[in-house]
Amino acid sequence: MLPTKRSAGLALTIALLAGTSAIAQQRVLNYYADFDAAPLAAMEALIADFEAANPDVDVVLQNFDHEGYKTAIRNFLTTDAPDLANWYAGNRMAPFVEAGQFMDVSDVWADNDLGTSLASAAASMTMDGKQWGVPYTYYQWGIYYNKSAYEQVGATVPTTWDEFVANCELFKAADIDCLTTGTSALWPGAGIFDYLNLRTNGYDYHMALTSGETPWTDDGVRATFAEWAKVQPYITENHAAIDWQDAAALMAQGKAANYVMGNFAVAVFKEGGMTNDTLGFMAFPTINPDVVRAEEAPTDTIHIPAGATNVDDAKTFLAYMASADAQTKLNAALGQLPINAGSTVASDDPFISAGFELLSTTPGGIAQFFDRDANAEMAKLGMEGFQEFMVIPGNLDAILDRLETARQRIYK
Amino acid sequence: MAVAAALPEKRSRSWWAQNQQTLTPWLFLAPGMAMFALYVIWPIFASFRLSFYDYDGLGKEVWLGLDNYRELWSDPAFVTSLKNNVIWLVMYMLAVPAGLGIAIFLNQTVRGIRIYKSLFFFPFVISQVVVGLMFAWFYAPNFGLLYKLIEMVTGKGIAVLADPNLATYGIIVAGLWPQIAYCMILYLTGLNNVAPDQVEAARLDGAKGLRMLWYVILPQLRPATFIAVVVTVIGALRSFDLVSIMTNGGPFGSTRVLSYYMYEKALSEYGFRMGYGAAIAVVLFAIMMIFISGFITKMIRDERGVR
Repeated sequence: MLPTKRSAGLALTIALLAGTSAIAQQRVLNYYADFDAAPLAAMEALIADFEAANPDVDVVLQNFDHEGYKTAIRNFLTTDAPDLANWYAGNRMAPFVEAGQFMDVSDVWADNDLGTSLASAAASMTMDGKQWGVPYTYYQWGIYYNKSAYEQVGATVPTTWDEFVANCELFKAADIDCLTTGTSALWPGAGIFDYLNLRTNGYDYHMALTSGETPWTDDGVRATFAEWAKVQPYITENHAAIDWQDAAALMAQGKAANYVMGNFAVAVFKEGGMTNDTLGFMAFPTINPDVVRAEEAPTDTIHIPAGATNVDDAKTFLAYMASADAQTKLNAALGQLPINAGSTVASDDPFISAGFELLSTTPGGIAQFFDRDANAEMAKLGMEGFQEFMVIPGNLDAILDRLETARQRIYK
Repeated sequence: MAVAAALPEKRSRSWWAQNQQTLTPWLFLAPGMAMFALYVIWPIFASFRLSFYDYDGLGKEVWLGLDNYRELWSDPAFVTSLKNNVIWLVMYMLAVPAGLGIAIFLNQTVRGIRIYKSLFFFPFVISQVVVGLMFAWFYAPNFGLLYKLIEMVTGKGIAVLADPNLATYGIIVAGLWPQIAYCMILYLTGLNNVAPDQVEAARLDGAKGLRMLWYVILPQLRPATFIAVVVTVIGALRSFDLVSIMTNGGPFGSTRVLSYYMYEKALSEYGFRMGYGAAIAVVLFAIMMIFISGFITKMIRDERGVR
């Protein structure tokens, strides 16, 4: 939690010693974030660029531990608000917007024509017709697969769900897990559910379900679980006690063939020894051909807390972070996708290119991920239900009843 | 004249002298009591109050009355947590006889016995987090030692922490490991104080083996047993770290205990129902109070008996 910019402490010291020096006239912009090491370095480089362009602003970046940040934000927004704070798009920001903790930044969007350049994430940043922050990165989800395993059993890469399920028989015969996952932290299971539901019922239905408008006992939900039941026997056993990284190891070792995951997993696959030649990526196969293709791409965002003191500079910074150039640079370091349509991605990374292609051509809409689209408490209960279903599919009725009871209570 | 002037002064000194005995302990206690009131007593009452509200940590507090408590009874996750707490309490009690057994086994004079004693005590010294991690790896599917062993013997491994029926027991076994060491050390010190003349007398009368243990040794170990039971009960009820490290309450909530469920509801990433969490805390507090007041009554009775 130490200020990561040395100049911050220096500037403060100098300001205290010589209150009239030139540096002391810099306006401080406090930014609380939760970056990992590599993204942090990239963000610091971007901040240096920003400060070069705005010499009278000093951005003080205070970096938090990723998990700790999720709790810390609730405290610092109400007590000691910075001028900028990282968070997530979609329903994840709803509690803060409703509690009046985030500032309306619609003017930043209007002044910089962000509605056009950030169009793909506009819907997930908009509540009550206003925008509440600026998205700077997202990444695709899909199915990562082991090309060697496919060759070994003579399977072809499926485009429809029926083909995918048929392949599972081949993998089973070779003692390979057709679909692997590690649900010890619950969320990987939600990725499977999201895609099954998006492919079975479509984006609008999925959004209605995650926002609590559709009952969990609805026939559409049951149809989704019916598709899930087809692959349930082929999912890695004991996934409930496996971390997602350990399941990635199973795939790297050739003990599993497919993994529904986000693009951040590529690094883990490659650490496990996979290369661009053995690791493949495909869009989640089609289940209902009449349903328009929608994808899943969790978006990370920056917001201005309502208690910010330096709002003007914060808005300048948001506009800067929304620019094509800044997003290109940051995402090259993140290994993720820029949201600005004018940005470019590294063409030598097949997964980034595939993701960019996949998301920029999505006709149906982009979901954020179950635990960001749904209310937090509902998300937790839902993900437990998904895990339970994958272990004991016979409990489906009990699971859906439980979720429906919770929905009626949570979204009353 | 000088004598008369000294009189009131003497009287005021004598007020202090008269009350010194009663006041001094309170003066010494005051800082501790102030801290205790601020950090223990006040939060307890604040939790009671909060348990009647709906509060997410950000917005307004909304009065609910007893709704949080009503919801608890129809909440399957709460019932599971409560059931697991009972399992923890019962299973954890095994630490007391197991600790006694090891203590008796180690209570002999052979070369290097201190090293053996230290080794047996070792699990209690390492952090619960480390214990949890070690056991999680021990149970881990595909590469865990236990998993591999079972696979070797039966041909099919059992992933203890992935099985909703076994996971809680798996965690309790991990918890018993340090707890047994704790009970052992309590009994080892107790055994040092066993009167040798009584043992000798009993031996002359022909007592040995289990009868000796039951009628001669155990009665003398009663203080040690009492402390061992107290720390074990409290250890079982406050089990949180192992659950959090080993399973996060999963698979699908089957290893939750009340303290973990409270944390999940009130403070974790998907929680922030402060009122509901407080209601769980109140229930846990009530359960603990049953045991704690029992212990305290017994302690007071014993103390009076001694005097």
